[in-house]
Amino acid sequence: MSATTHSPASTPGTGKGGATAPGGKPGTPAASELVSWKAGVGLGLLAVLGTVLFGFLANTKSAGFRIAEARDPNASSAAAWITLAVALAAAAYVGYRWISQRRDGGPVDRWIPATTIAAVVVLGLAALGVAQVEKVTVPSMVFGWICSVLLLALAGYTIWLTLQRRRTPGWVGGLFAVVFLVGFMIWIVAGGRDPEPSISLGGLMAGAVTLAVPLVFGSLSGVLCERAGVVNIAIEGQLLLGAFSAAVVATITGNVYVGLVSAAIAGALVSLVLAVVSIKYLVNQIIVGVVLNVLISGLTSFLFSTLLTADPEHLNKPGRLQPVDIPFLADIPIIGPILFRQSLVGYLMYIAVIVVYVGLFHTKWGLRVRAVGEHPQAADTVGINVNRTRFINVLMGGAIAGIGGSFFTLVSVDAFSKDMSGGRGYIALAAMIFGRWNPIGAFLAALLFGFADNLQSIITIIGSPVPSQFMAMLPYALTVIAVAGLVGRSRPPAAGGIPYVKG
Amino acid sequence: MSEKTTPEPQAPGGTTPEPQTPGGTTKEAVASDVALDTAGGQMPPSAVPAATQLHGGDREGSVMHKIFTGNAMVSVLSVLLAIVLGGILMAVTNPKVAAAAGYFFAQPGDLLTEVIRPYTALVQGSIFNWAGADLSAQLYPITETFTVATPLICAGLGVALAFRAGLFNIGAQGQIIFGALFGAYAGFAWHLPIGLHLLVVIVAGLVGGAVWGGVVGLLKARTGAHEVIVTIMLNYIANFLLLFLLTTPAFQRKGSTNPISPFLDPSALFPELLGPQFRLHAGFLAAILATVFVWWLLNRSTIGFEFRAVGANPSAARTAGINVARSTILVMAIAGALAGLAGIAQVSGTEKYLSGGVAASIGFDAITVALLGRSTPWGTFFAGLLFGAFRAGGVAMQAQTQTPIDIVLVIQSLIVLFIAAPPLVRAIFGLNPRKKKTTTSGTAGTHAGGVKSGAAA
Repeated sequence: MSATTHSPASTPGTGKGGATAPGGKPGTPAASELVSWKAGVGLGLLAVLGTVLFGFLANTKSAGFRIAEARDPNASSAAAWITLAVALAAAAYVGYRWISQRRDGGPVDRWIPATTIAAVVVLGLAALGVAQVEKVTVPSMVFGWICSVLLLALAGYTIWLTLQRRRTPGWVGGLFAVVFLVGFMIWIVAGGRDPEPSISLGGLMAGAVTLAVPLVFGSLSGVLCERAGVVNIAIEGQLLLGAFSAAVVATITGNVYVGLVSAAIAGALVSLVLAVVSIKYLVNQIIVGVVLNVLISGLTSFLFSTLLTADPEHLNKPGRLQPVDIPFLADIPIIGPILFRQSLVGYLMYIAVIVVYVGLFHTKWGLRVRAVGEHPQAADTVGINVNRTRFINVLMGGAIAGIGGSFFTLVSVDAFSKDMSGGRGYIALAAMIFGRWNPIGAFLAALLFGFADNLQSIITIIGSPVPSQFMAMLPYALTVIAVAGLVGRSRPPAAGGIPYVKG
Repeated sequence: MSEKTTPEPQAPGGTTPEPQTPGGTTKEAVASDVALDTAGGQMPPSAVPAATQLHGGDREGSVMHKIFTGNAMVSVLSVLLAIVLGGILMAVTNPKVAAAAGYFFAQPGDLLTEVIRPYTALVQGSIFNWAGADLSAQLYPITETFTVATPLICAGLGVALAFRAGLFNIGAQGQIIFGALFGAYAGFAWHLPIGLHLLVVIVAGLVGGAVWGGVVGLLKARTGAHEVIVTIMLNYIANFLLLFLLTTPAFQRKGSTNPISPFLDPSALFPELLGPQFRLHAGFLAAILATVFVWWLLNRSTIGFEFRAVGANPSAARTAGINVARSTILVMAIAGALAGLAGIAQVSGTEKYLSGGVAASIGFDAITVALLGRSTPWGTFFAGLLFGAFRAGGVAMQAQTQTPIDIVLVIQSLIVLFIAAPPLVRAIFGLNPRKKKTTTSGTAGTHAGGVKSGAAA
């Protein structure tokens, strides 16, 4: 098959995937957009790894996933029924849109595939809730082999497509990731110490979201700055000073909300230094970021050791932001606690993701910001004040990261301690890159990292065949793979890191 | 430099070969200019060879100018400013100072004493302890400074070398860990004759660091992955790998539940330079040798010339026939090897075994060391000594005056921040640089910086 036929050929043959490839779920690894051997070889190796782990190394135990942990079975049941109905309607509507757009031959809207998948997943969970299933138990050996065969088939399909010089459609990569994750979860849970090991799916998901909160805020800060062309390595510092400031101010004023605001101000303060030094004095942004992280770490540790430990009653005893239930909705199984049983900071996270996404991609302001980040000269030519845009964006990013920092001292633990952000600013940076500089993608990547983090602590408790250090390594390894372009392409804004001088 | 990186051979024959011939002062000036600009984040325009920036005015005048308005003065002022700010921070958080300030007008001396006391302890703990009982006690602080500075210098050289090639190597931390990992394993698992053993340990450490650094170069060269992100991630991966290995039978000390390795064989250790009562070991000599090596590499070798050319302008370097991918991989491997040497200095000299905290925060301090040293080999050497003194003195200060050692971090980062922003420091001290010179070379620098500085430091 000659090279000239490959692009038309891919449309009828793999029309579904071919058209949806660019719109695949952000954050989940999509297949390579070039006809290269990267996807084939990468998936092939992963499939072999999966086969060895899930198939040959599987044990005979079963893996249990606890679903229902409702406090009020009646409310939970009612909520499950309503969710089922809503999800069914949504899935039907979106599926209908998808099919009808395909039939018309036009391009399918970008949001449709992801939304359909989400609706189907919610539908499945709601069905479990309706059926009052308390625990799903699967024999690990059988399912391990099923997953292995599926993985090998998908990898084989990719390699076959590559041999035919055709693009790998996006759904292959997505499906591969899902199957791999399912196989991995079954394998790892079945490897627990108990004769019938099981984990709580709801606890796993809810914990993952909780752990992801500071990561999401941090990565949004990164997105805002980098989309405007300023590399923000100082996320770690912004989180840390936010946490410090929230603790101290909330203790002094006795009001956690004032602490929350002060955290935003503190984050913006770090950003102010970053902005002044890198935008006004044209110092390399990466240097400033690295140095700011060291500075904030030293400063907060010093103040903690001198002032806070001397008088914790009056300086380091902030109250806590308690989780707030949204009535009824919080009782939906699994989804309820994730979406509707959060602290104020958790709800702010969802709002921030939506606001940043809509702002960046659906407003005039966002268009300008992205223009500044991609081609400042062009933006300047049409009358956009490049450096002012950058200044404002960096400050906003800092404020958002600062709020994320308040999570440490107002939600997670109710006191500040040395270096308590523990490198999460760097994971947030990784999440931003893994999410391809897109707020939604960054959010999903942060969730994935939070999931890995939480899974690591859970499997440490139940005992597992994988050393916990390797689980902890996962986000970083994934990021290296992502930036190396092994899964899809990860392209930063073109003008990132380059100071702009008018003239 | 000018010949290779200038796309058109427009430079007259008189100036062209000058930078390339070894031993010319111009070449030194070029090298230092490149270094200064690279570290400051303002890339020298490679199309305009650095030599042309110096052509106005004779050399003597420009040297004098440089001392007063140039970067050396800025460095000194930055250090002073950071120390003063650190002093203010210590003063406002110290209750005794607050008490002394209460009767400031009665006895102003008390306030000053309280502020200066921590710094006195710092000097006493890092340079010379005049209260020591005998000479060895008096000299102990300075040897301690050298000991602490050794890994800082080695890792700092690695970071600096990468800077010169336009790469921001944040991965010294992971490279130190890998160097220490390989070296320590060779040190406790193999039992070789004295002399050979240390050599094998050093080579193993260099290889370990070079592998971990080379991966970054490989990814950068082959896939375009940004080295900052890759190095940050590899730091974590190396750290977790180390923690994992220390729980395996191959690395964990027999009969110990702690994640630490066995002690290295005595034959695998750096000899102590001044006897057993000092911690100073021959690793310090290795650091000096490494500095000389990097100086030679950058200023006297073809490879180093290629590194600098790639750092100054990769496109021009490619046009001139330099294999940019090869240079990138090679420079990261060498940078990694230097950081690996720092790891060896830790396991084979200071610590004598491998633990999870073997790299401490050396890899991150190395970045500040390289920035303070403006990415020149000897600048990095002395910056390493300075920060080593801060570290060694900080411990003594914490013990004597209860001032937390974290203040050292604050001072270090302030120094680097000020040094990276010379206009800021000049503005604070009201130093007006040469008007005409700055406007011409300043704008040229910022223009080029606008295009390229993202790639370089």
